[in-house]
Amino acid sequence: MPYLDIAELCADYGSQRVLNRVSLTAEKGQMLGLIGPSGSGKSSLLRVLIGLLPPASGRVTFAGRAIDQRNPADLRHVRDRFAIVFQQFNLFQNMTVFDNVTIAPIKIKKRPKAEVAAEAEGLLAKVGLADKLKSYPDELSGGQQQRVAIARALALRPEVLLLDEVTASLDPELVSEVLDTIRLLASEGMTILVVSHEMAFIREVSSKVAFLAGGMVVETGDPRQIFDAPREARTRDFVSKILRH
Amino acid sequence: MQSLLQELPEFLGYYNLYFLIEAALTTVALSAIGCIFGALAGFTIAILRHTCTWVLLLPRIFAVIFTEFFRRVPFLVTLMLCFFSFQLAGIDLSLFAVAAVSVALIASAFLAEIMRAGLESVHRNQWDAAASMNFGLIGTIVHIILPQAWKVILPPAFGFFVLFIKDTALASQIGVIELTYAGKVLNNKGFSAALVFGTVLFLYFAISYPLSRLGAYLERRLALSRHR
Amino acid sequence: MGYTLQYGQIWPYLPALLSGAWLSLQIAFLAFCGGLFIGTAGAAFLTFGPIWIARSVRAYVVFFTNTPQLVQIYFLYFALPDVGILLSSYGAVLLGMTINAGAYLVEIQRAGFASRRASEMEAAETLGFTRWQQIRYVILPHIAHTLFPPLSNHYILMTLGTSMAAIFGVEELTGVAFNVNSRTFRSIEVFSVTALIYVLMTLAASTVLALLGRSLFRARMRVI
Repeated sequence: MPYLDIAELCADYGSQRVLNRVSLTAEKGQMLGLIGPSGSGKSSLLRVLIGLLPPASGRVTFAGRAIDQRNPADLRHVRDRFAIVFQQFNLFQNMTVFDNVTIAPIKIKKRPKAEVAAEAEGLLAKVGLADKLKSYPDELSGGQQQRVAIARALALRPEVLLLDEVTASLDPELVSEVLDTIRLLASEGMTILVVSHEMAFIREVSSKVAFLAGGMVVETGDPRQIFDAPREARTRDFVSKILRH
Repeated sequence: MQSLLQELPEFLGYYNLYFLIEAALTTVALSAIGCIFGALAGFTIAILRHTCTWVLLLPRIFAVIFTEFFRRVPFLVTLMLCFFSFQLAGIDLSLFAVAAVSVALIASAFLAEIMRAGLESVHRNQWDAAASMNFGLIGTIVHIILPQAWKVILPPAFGFFVLFIKDTALASQIGVIELTYAGKVLNNKGFSAALVFGTVLFLYFAISYPLSRLGAYLERRLALSRHR
Repeated sequence: MGYTLQYGQIWPYLPALLSGAWLSLQIAFLAFCGGLFIGTAGAAFLTFGPIWIARSVRAYVVFFTNTPQLVQIYFLYFALPDVGILLSSYGAVLLGMTINAGAYLVEIQRAGFASRRASEMEAAETLGFTRWQQIRYVILPHIAHTLFPPLSNHYILMTLGTSMAAIFGVEELTGVAFNVNSRTFRSIEVFSVTALIYVLMTLAASTVLALLGRSLFRARMRVI
């Protein structure tokens, strides 16, 4: 049975249907890449999973347990095990980098301070920001802030990592440092759902790719198959436009 | 004018001065205490209005009606309503307390609006990030929102407190011994109205003007130190 | 305790309350007009006048915005007779509210004047407008657009401020309420009805002003 099973998921944003009977699966340790034009529902899917957008209908099953994001207990269960990194980093402006990373594990997960502190220092060193512990978010570059956001998500010891267009707001020269971090995480066996426009990266690192358009899953498959030999016309259309650069 | 100068020494006698200073302190205390409780209530209302669950729908509607009502009723009328409500309910409260409750009611309505604006000034993505990490509403507000919002809330809230010091003059109508009431007492004692009310006006000015300058200074300092 | 609410006893006094409300609106309107005149003149002196006049206007504004309107009226009502000026309670209230409003409106008008843009005037000048035409077609509309919301807001505040006239015996809304209270002793009923009338009055005024603002001045204003 799949680790994460999304079946016939529908969601609305106001009067607009942003997810239309989306069905996807992901296995443990896999990286599932989500590609598609803007407004195709990729980010909405991640937001529904983490509970920032309520689902209208459908079923989500994680590690054998059914999840209804409208149920507070289920939502807490999911948020305890999934972590999301946002396009705009969403770091807490009133705290230092160190506090940003440690606050949730200490206050929410109730883990001992010393243990969390040591782990936070390790994670920040891993993303290359060991010397920025006492800095505030507005003192850092976009790339640095995004790496803090990744460290913050990892400090939650998630079973699934959701990455929502995490390089889209960055200047081009800062993109590769973030992608390197993600590549490292994938190689270590983290289960990742990544929404991105970095096609070369998705093609290289993902175990599986899904192409979405208009709130629906058009095609899923092996990265090489999706990019080099897409079955659907719309996929072909999209891929050819992207790869023309 | 001559008679005014003649009255001055007797007017500025120890007892009168003490009386006036005490009344002035009562004035400030009335506004301050009313505004502090009003801030607590206003904060609760602001948080309440931020929630979306249908469970809290009725309290939310009540909060909106409360806010819109007490911002549109003159202080004198609110004062009378409180005064007679307590009296008829058989609750024995000091006049100061009745006035303080009236101030708190109005302050909570105005401060709720100020705090709502403050909470909304914090970017949506801060709320999103906190929610995704399982912070509850209270945790989000205490650890993330309030530390950012207080800079937007404090200047107008302080400004409201300074403004209300002038409105406390109406509390004299139910007999609270604040500055205006003290003026009436001294006038009844025989001192000329010009001297008495001129002094009272001056005392109000001496309280209000420095505080409003302080408020303006606070606003400049906080605007500078705000991130982005 | 045994106090039961008897709104029925208030019902016959409703016309009196409503005519009191009408008087409140009149007082607010007259005081506002007077205050507007003072405010415009004062702001003009502040912006364009010699420094000693500007300083006097500044002092007037600072003093009257940092002292309570009630005590200002007390002064006029009780102190002026000593120099021979006897004002009726209505007169004292009107004069006091006018002078008080003037101080706040000088501030508002000053901000309005300051919002005029030199670039607009230059553009008008190059298009061949005379000074007077510049003022009439370019500056005034823009200033009116900026000024309308704060002026409307202050007018609403003044409508609520007329309530203190009751203390001097003027029979505006609160004054009538006091009378009804001393006659029927139905305090909660009469003051709650009075409060409700103030709420409805200010809501109506806000709505009318907001509509006026949007249509005439394209000023975006909220009612609630």
